[in-house]
Amino acid sequence: MTSVEQRVEPEESVASGGMTRAERIAGLVQRRGSVVVLALVVLIASVSFDSFATVGNAQNIAIQSSFLAIVALGMTFVIISGGIDLSVGSVYALGGVLAAYGIQWGSLVGLLLPLVVCGAIGLLNGVLVAYGRLAPFIVTLATLLGARGLLLAITDEGSTTRLMQREDWLTQLGQGTFLGLGIPVWITIVLFAVGVVVLQRTRFGHATLAIGGSREAATLMGLPVARDTMLLYLGSGLLAGLAGALAAAYSASGVTIVGEGLELDAIAAVVIGGTLLTGGAGTVGGTLAGVLLLRVIQNVINQVGTLSSHYQSVVSGAFLAVVVAVQAYLSRAHLRGGR
Amino acid sequence: MDSVLVATAIGKRFPGVIALSDVDLTLRAGEVHALVGENGAGKSTLIKVLTGVYTPDEGTLHHLGRPVRFGGPAEAQAAGISTVYQEVNLVPMQSVASNLFLGREPRTRFGLLDFRAMNEAATQLLGSYGIRVDVTRPLRTLGMGVQQMVAVARAADTRARVVILDEPTSSLEPREVDTLFGIVERLRADGVAVLYVSHRLDELYRICDQVTVLRDGRVVHSGPMDELPRLRLVATMLGRDLEEVRREGATKFEGEHAAEEAAPVLAATGLTVKHRLDSVEVTVRPGEIVGLGGLLGAGRSETALAIAGALPLDDGEVTVAGRSVRGGSVAAAMRAGVVLLPEDRKADGILPDLSVRENIVLAALPRLSAAGLVSRRRQDSIVETFMQRLRIKAASPDQRVGELSGGNQQKVLLARLLCMQPKVLLLDEPTRGIDVGAKAEVQALVDELAKDGLAVVLISSEFEEVVEGSDAIVVLREGRVVTRLEGADVNEASLLAALAEEH
Repeated sequence: MTSVEQRVEPEESVASGGMTRAERIAGLVQRRGSVVVLALVVLIASVSFDSFATVGNAQNIAIQSSFLAIVALGMTFVIISGGIDLSVGSVYALGGVLAAYGIQWGSLVGLLLPLVVCGAIGLLNGVLVAYGRLAPFIVTLATLLGARGLLLAITDEGSTTRLMQREDWLTQLGQGTFLGLGIPVWITIVLFAVGVVVLQRTRFGHATLAIGGSREAATLMGLPVARDTMLLYLGSGLLAGLAGALAAAYSASGVTIVGEGLELDAIAAVVIGGTLLTGGAGTVGGTLAGVLLLRVIQNVINQVGTLSSHYQSVVSGAFLAVVVAVQAYLSRAHLRGGR
Repeated sequence: MDSVLVATAIGKRFPGVIALSDVDLTLRAGEVHALVGENGAGKSTLIKVLTGVYTPDEGTLHHLGRPVRFGGPAEAQAAGISTVYQEVNLVPMQSVASNLFLGREPRTRFGLLDFRAMNEAATQLLGSYGIRVDVTRPLRTLGMGVQQMVAVARAADTRARVVILDEPTSSLEPREVDTLFGIVERLRADGVAVLYVSHRLDELYRICDQVTVLRDGRVVHSGPMDELPRLRLVATMLGRDLEEVRREGATKFEGEHAAEEAAPVLAATGLTVKHRLDSVEVTVRPGEIVGLGGLLGAGRSETALAIAGALPLDDGEVTVAGRSVRGGSVAAAMRAGVVLLPEDRKADGILPDLSVRENIVLAALPRLSAAGLVSRRRQDSIVETFMQRLRIKAASPDQRVGELSGGNQQKVLLARLLCMQPKVLLLDEPTRGIDVGAKAEVQALVDELAKDGLAVVLISSEFEEVVEGSDAIVVLREGRVVTRLEGADVNEASLLAALAEEH
């Protein structure tokens, strides 16, 4: 037997010699584009505003990014698998309120209560999507509403705001610093490091990519599609609850109005980070860059001062539109290259 | 030889359909077993039962002598039954190596994926089949043939005691087919039981030891491949009695419709679509019904789609009444007067929630409207004309089409096509899924339309419908025209012979 690619049509052997330059560039822009844009924005902002490139401002951006980043990490996995989790904003707020509520019995309860409840909501999402074969958009929209309702019920429609005492270690987990960075930032860094390993170096991560690439194929290959799908939503719920608890500790209070629209920020960060909204491809690192990009833009607009902070949404929205347009263009370029 | 996988008296029902009934199948080690049958014969269902995708309603599976019941594809695979599906079922965005090892990736001591070992193993595995590619490239950047080879390599690798190949060659070049057969030979030598599904008779006789023929969910023949002559195989698949066919000879439905001397209104020449059609030629004169003959996968529907502009052509030309039609555009084909009744009316044609009136005038709306407004009176007169002419049984033009019988739905679709005043009518399975009475009516209607001067191309998986309805039959095999039967040659015996012919 001789080599197949030699006997296949000529264009095949050209392609087999390595990806074409266009393909490589397309792939690179897809994966690293957000990092490049982030670097550019940071560079321009540093030159333009004296107050931007300061240690204090960097610490500020880092802590502001950390809570969204933790939520977006779970979202990254869900979106890569071809799903979506709209419930994370509500679950995040619920996690915060439950942390402030539970801390009256000690920090451990204050940390575990939100994880258990938010994990349960994530598990519910997962079971309905994976085993009930329901559309993730609808399932998580339902739990978005449900979690928000639960939140209002346990806080007397938001009129009760529980405070967290500074002495509790859970509060310190939100407010403390280590080597100049807030502890939530360190937690985020560790979680993302774990996320990179899980996505790229474990069977679970590999299966997640395969499920998003083709659910049908993954099933027929005998991968544990339903189990893994369930775990993804469980993880997303847990991370959203954790982020909420940390944010509550940071502000030393469980506030009901936080987290509205946070799911959309998280989705935006994931997509800007180069993850395909249709699933099958994406990186954890890209999501981190996407989160930072959103927060840096917010920070810059605050620096300008003359612009209403609402313009930050306009800029973020514009970024998102550009990213999605570029993604669509690149995937078409890919298809052409693949044929 | 040892039986590896034995299916006994398998039955499988879906709502309203008996997909499999009392099916026996024995796969033995070191044997290649052909599974053949026409559309809807139950092949895919049987494969899905064997691979754990479906649970049978009746019957038992024995694997290596023990009764088994697979809860899903993962369990069947764990038992050593791997499958290569017709559509390449791999993940296009993942690397070649990932696709080979998904779900059973080599891991390091720490439980993390060992990419180096995986890439090496993948290179080695593919290399042993004579395929040399960069295994880190995304699968989709490779040609279909290589992708199919990757799927086969995945299925054939390790522990597989049974390998099911479902039309593995449908997207392969002839030389790639040779490579595939090399793999199949190796599997046979290694004592693997192979189930081989294909419509290509040449392949079956080349590679298979045993054959099982399914028709309408039942086994109609099972035995050694070389004891079943080609003609009898085709006759068995189609459910025709060979002796009876020979005795009867030609049975003409109606007289010749076409004036012999009339110039063809439709002339499609050199239709070529990669992997699907190769230089297909179809010409139809006004008033003539030309049938497309062929087994499943021969390229009949593709030919109709290509003529209707719904399948982009790599080469070839379609002319209508002497004028060339721009290929790959349904709108251009329609303007030229070519309309297609699609194979699957539920998916591609009928809008069940709209009324009979709306369904009929839909495609003609651009012609019926003036400055964007549609005259209700003109609509009404057209709808009334066609409801009468086609004898559509509906309470009123406002009745929802979804409430009508299958036959009447089909007539509504026909009416939609006819009110565009076509010159060429392409009918893909016009009587499938409708009751006997309606069937006869639709057949009579097609006959009438041809008498009125329409050029008709007819596709039907029902043998007698093609033979009796057509004035000429273009016989296709593997996307190529085998022969064109004309006049007295339009009979079942000639068609069977053309289908079974070696090449």
